[in-house]
Amino acid sequence: MSQVDYADVQGLLRFGYGHMTSASYALVRVKSATAAKAWLRSAPVTTAVAQKPPPKTAMNIAFTAPGLEALGVTPSVIAAFSHEFRGGMAQQSRARQLGDIGHNAPSNWKWGRHKDEPHAVVMFFAEPEQFSSFVETAKGDIWSEAFEHDVTWLDTSNLDGDEPFGFADGISQPQIDWEQQLARPCTQLGYTNIVALGEFLLGYRNEYGKITDRPLLEPDAASAGLLDAEDTPAKKDLGRNGTYLVMRQLEQDVRGFWKFLYEQAVGNLTEAAKLGAKMVGRRLGGDPLVPIQAESIPGIDPNTVKQNQFTYEADPLGAGCPFGAHVRRTNPRNSDFPGRPFSALRKLVIMLGFGPKAFYDDLTSSVRFHRILRRGREYGSELLPEEAIEPPPPNESPRGLHFICLNANILRQFEFLQNAWIANTKFSGLTRESDPLLGNRAPISGCPATGNFTMPGKGTLPRRVSGLRQFVTVKGGAYFFLPSLRALRYFAETGTEARKSK
Amino acid sequence: MTPQSGFMMLAPIIRERETELRQLLDSMNRGPGQVDPNNDLLPFGEFDALHFARFIILDDKTTEDVRVYGLTPRTYPLYLAFLGDVDGDANAFLGKLIKRAGKGLGRIFSCCHGFSSSSDLLAWMRQHDAPAIAAYVNWRGRTVRQIREEAALYEALENYIEKNASAFRGLPPRELHAKLQSFVDSEKSAGRLTLSRESPTPLGWQIRNLLHMIGLPLLVLIASPLLILAAPFYIIALRHLEKTDPEVCPTADQKHSEDLSRIEDHDVTNQFSAMGSLKPGLVRLLTTMFVLKTVNYGARHITRPGRLGRIRSIHFARWVFIAGRERMIFCSNYDGSVESYMDDFINKTGFGLNASFSNGIGYPRTNWLVLDGCIDERKYKEYLRRHTMPTQVWYKAYPGLTAVDLERNTRIRQGVERSSMTDDETRDWVALL
Repeated sequence: MSQVDYADVQGLLRFGYGHMTSASYALVRVKSATAAKAWLRSAPVTTAVAQKPPPKTAMNIAFTAPGLEALGVTPSVIAAFSHEFRGGMAQQSRARQLGDIGHNAPSNWKWGRHKDEPHAVVMFFAEPEQFSSFVETAKGDIWSEAFEHDVTWLDTSNLDGDEPFGFADGISQPQIDWEQQLARPCTQLGYTNIVALGEFLLGYRNEYGKITDRPLLEPDAASAGLLDAEDTPAKKDLGRNGTYLVMRQLEQDVRGFWKFLYEQAVGNLTEAAKLGAKMVGRRLGGDPLVPIQAESIPGIDPNTVKQNQFTYEADPLGAGCPFGAHVRRTNPRNSDFPGRPFSALRKLVIMLGFGPKAFYDDLTSSVRFHRILRRGREYGSELLPEEAIEPPPPNESPRGLHFICLNANILRQFEFLQNAWIANTKFSGLTRESDPLLGNRAPISGCPATGNFTMPGKGTLPRRVSGLRQFVTVKGGAYFFLPSLRALRYFAETGTEARKSK
Repeated sequence: MTPQSGFMMLAPIIRERETELRQLLDSMNRGPGQVDPNNDLLPFGEFDALHFARFIILDDKTTEDVRVYGLTPRTYPLYLAFLGDVDGDANAFLGKLIKRAGKGLGRIFSCCHGFSSSSDLLAWMRQHDAPAIAAYVNWRGRTVRQIREEAALYEALENYIEKNASAFRGLPPRELHAKLQSFVDSEKSAGRLTLSRESPTPLGWQIRNLLHMIGLPLLVLIASPLLILAAPFYIIALRHLEKTDPEVCPTADQKHSEDLSRIEDHDVTNQFSAMGSLKPGLVRLLTTMFVLKTVNYGARHITRPGRLGRIRSIHFARWVFIAGRERMIFCSNYDGSVESYMDDFINKTGFGLNASFSNGIGYPRTNWLVLDGCIDERKYKEYLRRHTMPTQVWYKAYPGLTAVDLERNTRIRQGVERSSMTDDETRDWVALL
């Protein structure tokens, strides 16, 4: 098993660049492939090599399928990327699966509409005082020749670790098994936060012990710079050390959210915050709703133990943290089997369907196949709950999240999460409710509204809030490929070889 | 108890009339993947014993795969399949179906060989019967009528609770249970709710079921000396095949994949129809037969209601040989998206998946019949997607309800009808509301 060459991996995989509090994402379309490739060859792309002191600026680049086409990448190479990447986020059937209907529909998006996708996203990060000069330097002279002039700039703001609704965000992240220490495949009996490298980086073993499909090229002059594929050494691995990047602009109706909570709490802001905490699954400051456990969990960062060393094992009915709470939906912190069956016989009994038989038992998929690495940033200004319930000033600018996540298999990771756990109105035995923050509340057949939120009690009637409004609206989105530095050079050189030989 | 049964008929399509047939079938839909339950041709919604039904043109694009064994692909006729799951006897249902929609069915089947307007429809349909080698029913005995009554019960309870939420919240579970029971009683006597009693189980079915329950193990017992003798040879042969059988798991065609997606996820439940050729040779055929007979036996006599192993998202499923023993189709009705269906299968019942599908040509390599195989999830998913065929018409009697919803509603109903429950049982029951 080969060690990861950090110099070949884009930095975003390893770092969130937290200290670079200024960031902006440029969605570009290629005007001249020749100029774009020339720019790529000189672009100061940040790698995952740890530097001391840490750099003050960083830049990373990812491409959509139309983007690779615009650069002149051979169709047969593009065809070897995943279905999701090639089809794009805005495709009608996919949009339906992701809950992007109604107000969320791609036809209403500000960017990323079907057939109007950006070609690439160039992500700039820097410490505030360096930011504008860094962007100018990185763009250089050739930028305006390379890309169409109407670049969409997605600006971000620094909310000190909170998301716009006011809750602490980004507390839980999977720990990547960079050293590939984990034996795979194996059955996992307890929740662990360490996830196989291949879940986040193409070309390495994933949670199934397999290497996810990605383009493998015949060795020739053009592909000579690429690494060999680990499972097919005769081929060159275009995916290796790269991954897929999912981007979604999620506009948050912060006022709508707090007004709803405030109404439900009959004008008591403390109670409103409590209800909000139930919906999020964490309190404003980030504390979970179930107690921190004494037993340590593999892969929990020692600095976040107080907010992360917990599972829902002792809360099987959701009395502490509701099943439907955002953080429980998106990371149920479970394992391959319910109830930790230590003996082989017990496992067999469960596998054959004779294990736990209560209604809510064993309804949620094992989370280790559905983890994502979040790298998003907020936009818009901070709005405190007490301000949010006041009438808005005229022409208020929007708030939200430029959601970014990294995963090696969009279908099994991001899309599964979004479809089966967030948008699903039948998650974990619930009905008529989707994610309390992200749900679109759209009707489903036989059910005119899906705006419920259920808070189970301890042996009492569950408390149910209904009429949740849509608090988050999707305003744009796309699937990108975040290449390795070697693959980036391959793209930058693509087609030029052929031209030379003509 | 009213046992459920399935029907399926299979008829070769007259090639010249394929386009006409496709248009005809499409006219039953109001949009991609969404049938009009009151369509003129076959108003599915009028039959209150019908759970699921589908028309599908078995356009198997993978017949060329036999080339990996050096065989020449055969040209099969293009089949039309019509299948469904009903309460009670399938023939009785078909009788009613013909009576109401004989004309529409006649128009559809007239696009098939051997059918003319003078044909006796019922005789013709029975003649084209394609029996399942294995079938799964999520909850034997739960009728469409029961499902609808229990859904109405849930609805009524929800509304009642919502109106009285503040008064009910603090109540001890037992008191709440009693209050809700008396509410249901009054609704029933006012005629606003109906909870029909179970019909008696048909005697013939009971006898047949018992014979089946005893028969198969008995047969295995009698044959066991022979089986034990044959086992080592079988294992050697199987292991050899497992090591040498070629995999055929290319990436599914993007357009094919998109065509399938277009008709999926219009309801919380989806249809699934996958077809392929069996690996050549007696060992694979016997393995298939044995595994599917076991699956069928387990599904019929052993599984808990609502569960196939750990899976709780399948309503009905069946495996059927297509005209001979060379090709097979698997059809199911499952909840959620196809990706979560695959996820459930791979992670919870991978062993069963391998045992039943690995005898199909090109399946990802298994070991000892149940190991590996689908664990190569990407290959497996491409394999299955490539073998999946678009279903032209698909009907479900209870849109918006998943199998888990049905289980919740049944459990609520059972609780309503019970006069005494333990404290724990009462608490669990209240948690369902």
